[in-house]
Formats: sequence, C-alpha cells, structure tokens
Amino acid sequence: MSADLAGKVLAGSRRALARALTLAENGEAAEVLRALVPHTGSARVIGVTGPPGAGKSTLVDGLAKVLRARGESVGIVAVDPSSPFTGGALLGDRLRMNDLALDPGVFIRSMASRGSLGGLARRTGDLVKILDAAGFATVLVETVGVGQSEVDVAAAADATLLVLTPGMGDGIQAIKAGILEIADAIAINKADLPGADRLDAELAAMLALAPPAPWTPPVRRTAAATGEGIAALLDALDDFHAWQAETGERARRRARRCRAELAAALEDGIRAQVLAALPRDGIEAVIARVEARRLTPADAAAELLAAARLPEPGADGRILEFY
Amino acid sequence: MMKPIRVLVAKPGLDGHDRGAKVVARALRDAGFEVIYTGLRQPPERIAEVALQEDVDAIGLSLLSGAHNTIFPRLFAELHARELDDLLVFGGGVIPEGDVPGLKAMGVAEVFGPGTPTAAVIDFLKGRLAA
Repeated sequence: MSADLAGKVLAGSRRALARALTLAENGEAAEVLRALVPHTGSARVIGVTGPPGAGKSTLVDGLAKVLRARGESVGIVAVDPSSPFTGGALLGDRLRMNDLALDPGVFIRSMASRGSLGGLARRTGDLVKILDAAGFATVLVETVGVGQSEVDVAAAADATLLVLTPGMGDGIQAIKAGILEIADAIAINKADLPGADRLDAELAAMLALAPPAPWTPPVRRTAAATGEGIAALLDALDDFHAWQAETGERARRRARRCRAELAAALEDGIRAQVLAALPRDGIEAVIARVEARRLTPADAAAELLAAARLPEPGADGRILEFY
Repeated sequence: MMKPIRVLVAKPGLDGHDRGAKVVARALRDAGFEVIYTGLRQPPERIAEVALQEDVDAIGLSLLSGAHNTIFPRLFAELHARELDDLLVFGGGVIPEGDVPGLKAMGVAEVFGPGTPTAAVIDFLKGRLAA
C-alpha cells in the first residue's frame, strides 16, 4: 500500500499526497519516505518565521501568489502550536490563504507542533521532503509565532525569512539574540504603520554590529495585506538563492541538515532502545528517593543506567564526531 | 501517543455569524482535537478541497442562513468528486427539526441544534472516530 502511495504521490495525486503527509506527521511514513527521498532536492525551501501576529501567514499567502504569477508551483506547510495541556490545536494559518485553496498549483497543509518547542513540529522536515518529491518548485514553511530561541526552521530550510513589524519598540531587544542570527532576509511587514523607519534604522544598526559574514540579510518593507513590496522581497530571496548556489553555501547547508536529521533520528532510536533496557523493577523506589531529596535526579539516572548494563561509552568517542 | 483527530470546522453561506463555529472549534481544541478553521463564507468546493489537503477525519458545517438544504448536497457532490465519500460530515446551527431526517438521509451524520452542549459534539466525534 505504502509503495503504491509513493508512486501516486509522484504521479501527482493530491489525495495520495495528503495521505502521505498524514503518515509522515504521525511518524508512520518510513516506507513512503524511503521511496520518495531519491526524488527530493529540487525544491527551494523557504522558512518564514517571526513573532505572533507579525503577518507570517498573510505574507506566505502573498509570496505564494507572486510565485504563482511567475508560473511556479508552491507547497506550504504552516505550523501552529498544540496546547501543552490537552494536545489539541486550532490551526488557523490557512484562514489567510483562502484565495489559494482551489489553485491546482498550490498545496497547503496545516500542522500542529505536537509538543515540539523549536517553532516547528518534529516531522515538519518529512512533510517538506514529501512536497519536494511531489514536484513543488518552492516549499514555504511557516513556523509558529516565535520569541527568542525557536530557530529549528534555519536547519529545515534553504533560506530563512524573518518577519518583523513596526511598533514593537523594545521588543526588538527580545529578538536580537537568537532569531536575528538565523535570518537570510528580513521583512518589515505592516510597513504602512508608524515606526517602520525606526525599525529599519534599528535593524541596520544591529546588522552593522554583527560579526563580518559573507551574506548580510537584506531588509525589505512589505504590507502583506495589500501585497505591497512582496515582489521586491521575493527578488531579495532570489538573490540569496543565487548567492547560495554560486558559493556552494546551499550544498553546505543541506549537508549540515543531513547530519542534523541523522542525529535526531539516532536520538529517537537511542532513547527508545535505552528506555527499553532500563530495569522495570525498582524505578518507583528510585523516584521516591529523589522525591525525598535523598538522591539527585542526575545520580538517579546514573543508577538506573548502570542497572541497564549498557556498554560503557568508548574512550575515544569517535562515533560522536559527526554531531 | 494517540493520533489526534483532525476536524475541519467550516462556515459556508453569506451571513457573518461565526460565533458558533468558533465556540465549537475552541471546545474541540480543548478536548484534544486538531481543528482547522478557515473563516467565514466558505463555498462548498473550497471546503471539500481543504478537507482533502488537510486529510481531516471529519467536517463540521455551521449553518445559520437557512441554506442547509442547498449547501450540504453541494458539499457531498464536491467530496464525491475528490473520492472523499467516507468522510464524517456533521452540522450545527439553526436547522429546523423537520429538515434533519432529510439531511441525515443524504449523509449528514448528525445535526446539533442551538443549545447543544459542546460535550455532545465531542462525545459524538470520539465515539465515531476514536481508533
């Protein structure tokens, strides 16, 4: 069934594509991905991130429309947060993308973060691969509304677009540490609001202070709700794309992504195997000693791992070099 | 981990009242569902296409305009065109009781009228969809 599903995805079936995305989202797409991964690598993957309410979804809608006007197909993965308490989610990103819903050159998938804290869901990368294999020329990945440190998108995308808005005042301070560093391009969205000049100046000052880098993220003003500035923003992303190809930076970034994905998959496997090896009996007694403050959590973990009789870490640790 | 149930909550028709749809969407979220909400004035063709792309388990339509006897058949036709005949479709809003048997005959799984506790919708979906 699954091999057949991959074939249907490659043949352009939207229903099969939707099913494959569901399997991937649930971590059940090993077979489908095995068949599809050889067909990936052609799509340009653009991550779109920024604080809640910055206009990411509206901007994604605008970018997709410009790409469609150029005749390119567009896949979109839009991630919204899951409730940490119920696991439920209200996925509303495509509310801003209704005009695209019936375009056969566009496929939009909403995704709940399902407990991941890095701005994407654990399986977002797999969904991107499937859309890539299905032949979409550009895949836009919209993160949840982020704060300072949700930077997973930088590892998942070829290019990261950071969306900011005027009037955040000192809010700019909050984002300068982590998220500004991953931006390959910056949109000052809602640029028709007061404060755009100030944000522009602040960004210019901050980027001037950054350590010398081969690429300085271009800053473009947009008003996503009216479409203003979006074509120019896409031109800036095209420039980055061309620079990446010329310098080999894209290949390097993709190579790093492969290593990161392997590391994540290994960690999943390691966790499952080690948890299976832990002794069933006596865990509650150890927990009770931690609760009674007679044992630190770290010592408790060491005690349980010792009881599992796993091989000792090698002295040279060479296997870990690829991290 | 259990797979979350995915539900599309849609508001077709020309009226601008989506309070009920939002209350149901919120209640389903709080019950652990993943809810896709697409806003007001959704034509049946778009609802069916979104259901396909999102691979949802169920579609809930909120109808207050009296157009239920027109909208539901159109939705079923659009779903059929996409081979989504097995999808669970339910409705809510202002729908006269006399119309309910007809809607059920055409494939609407359940109709929730005004005053229905949200728990009834949740229990219904869990009963029909929990694996």
